[in-house]
Amino acid sequence: MLDSSLTQLGAALRAKKISSVELTQLYLDRIAALNPSLNAYITTNAETSLTQARAADALLSGGKAQALTGIPIAQKDIFCAKGWRTTCGSKMLENFIAPYDAHVIEQFNNSGAVNLGKTNMDEFAMGSSNETSHFGAVKNPWDRNAVPGGSSGGAACAVAARLCAAATGTDTGGSIRQPAALCGISGIKPTYGTVSRYGMIAFASSLDQAGPMARSAEDLALLLNVMTGFDERDSTSLQRDKEDYSRDLSKPLTGLRIGLPKEFFAEGLTQDVACCVHAAIAEYQKLGASIVNISLPNSRLAVPVYYVLAPAEASSNLSRYDGVRFGYRAPEYSNLTEMYEKSRAQGFGAEVKRRIMIGTYVLSHGYYDAYYLQAQKIRRLIAQDFTDAFKQCDVIMGPTSPSTAFNLGEKGDDPVQMYLSDIYTIAVNLAGLPGMSIPAGFCSNGRPVGLQIIGDYFSEARMLNFAHQYQLATDHHDRAPQNIGL
Amino acid sequence: MSLTHADVQKVARLARLAMNEAEIAAASAQLSGIFDLIAEMQAVDTKSIAPMSHAQDLSQRLREDVVTETNQRENFQKIAPQVEAGLYLVPQVIE
Repeated sequence: MLDSSLTQLGAALRAKKISSVELTQLYLDRIAALNPSLNAYITTNAETSLTQARAADALLSGGKAQALTGIPIAQKDIFCAKGWRTTCGSKMLENFIAPYDAHVIEQFNNSGAVNLGKTNMDEFAMGSSNETSHFGAVKNPWDRNAVPGGSSGGAACAVAARLCAAATGTDTGGSIRQPAALCGISGIKPTYGTVSRYGMIAFASSLDQAGPMARSAEDLALLLNVMTGFDERDSTSLQRDKEDYSRDLSKPLTGLRIGLPKEFFAEGLTQDVACCVHAAIAEYQKLGASIVNISLPNSRLAVPVYYVLAPAEASSNLSRYDGVRFGYRAPEYSNLTEMYEKSRAQGFGAEVKRRIMIGTYVLSHGYYDAYYLQAQKIRRLIAQDFTDAFKQCDVIMGPTSPSTAFNLGEKGDDPVQMYLSDIYTIAVNLAGLPGMSIPAGFCSNGRPVGLQIIGDYFSEARMLNFAHQYQLATDHHDRAPQNIGL
Repeated sequence: MSLTHADVQKVARLARLAMNEAEIAAASAQLSGIFDLIAEMQAVDTKSIAPMSHAQDLSQRLREDVVTETNQRENFQKIAPQVEAGLYLVPQVIE
């Protein structure tokens, strides 16, 4: 049951081979046994989850089931879910009980899915290793000495360790794709604007995008069908017709072109990762796709541009945490300014404060043109590179991350080294394009390698087609970490 | 680029983050390293490039000017640090 696809689970539920209550309890038992060591979840609430499962069983009995009805899904702790503690990985929100549902949560609730719990993450989604969480680091289920990646590290760990059927994540600079790669699972960040940001705690609003994380491309398509859709409460939500993301899964790849950007295979890429990615490309050629060599000349500027724009937007978004209406308030202060300054100093962790400082600096008087405006201009150059590239190819492929999972604590003291671990993912967010990562094998140290697939705007169905055809021909995505304790 | 003690102090004040001397010193070193990384983009010629704020270059949607929110004061105040008689309490700001 734990290795079943969402389609198989849905069929088993409809055929009454298992009830949603039984399936939910199975996962809750696994979480109880394994979470103390893996730390993938910040909050579970068995009673609430089982109540949802009982309601799903009623829908199933009444013949009113949809594709995900009764299936337990782990929600990243960045999504407000009414009545659930929603911390965003921060002490600032340690005791915050969300008074409303995010659009993503509403969509899952309307589909009859079960909320299994809230997954661990880097604080306010700022991090690439899950080590900035106030609730402690998540362990990589393939190797407990390794990080799971971040910021959706808890989600990636939960999917890989079979602590949920599937999960949600968010991706501002690679936070779905990088942990998916490091934990050997599949994840997709759709085109900016396709999933509503309503109720998703804001980091950098022009880059933040939610997406699903699961064990296969086929599962991702079903999850995207539920998560996407126009929502007037998000001013950047796109008004588009509902699509079926499963529609192209079984199409052949014959005659399709894969662009390989030379910048993604240059200095900095580790040998083992390069080998796995090249082997995956060779498999795609066997499946009938052809290779086109392309260039994304401005992609080297993506990291510097991102570390101006994302902190600038974050410093503005996080100014709401003032200790007045919700969130942490310092126990002692002598006046209002001191209350703000102490509440924020004590409530935020080091990385969040660092980014607030960067953002405040680049937006401050006299520096706006040199930093923020210059970064926005280069952002257009980066997006234009992709537009030019897609004239020659149907998708772009390359590594998701320059290395496999690094060790816990390895990059702790060096923020710049940590930032560079997102070198291949960030440009996609700046351009607003869809990007995904799928398992492409394992390194000699046993840690998983991810293949990144980047598509043109709104080409998620085509990307999932590419991913699914590869997953029909290979079994990397079916491998599960062994010796995890159950 | 290196940030001075005074730069960091000023930014911390603008960001409303209390910092002690040791934290300011550590932040100057780390932020300087990050601004060295950022400095790479200064050399790019962007004279004729329009800034890009959103991928889809959308225009802002408008809606009818009608009340859509319901009153949830009690619900929202349940999660507030300090409230009294339906009001949020903060230190006195006017003498």
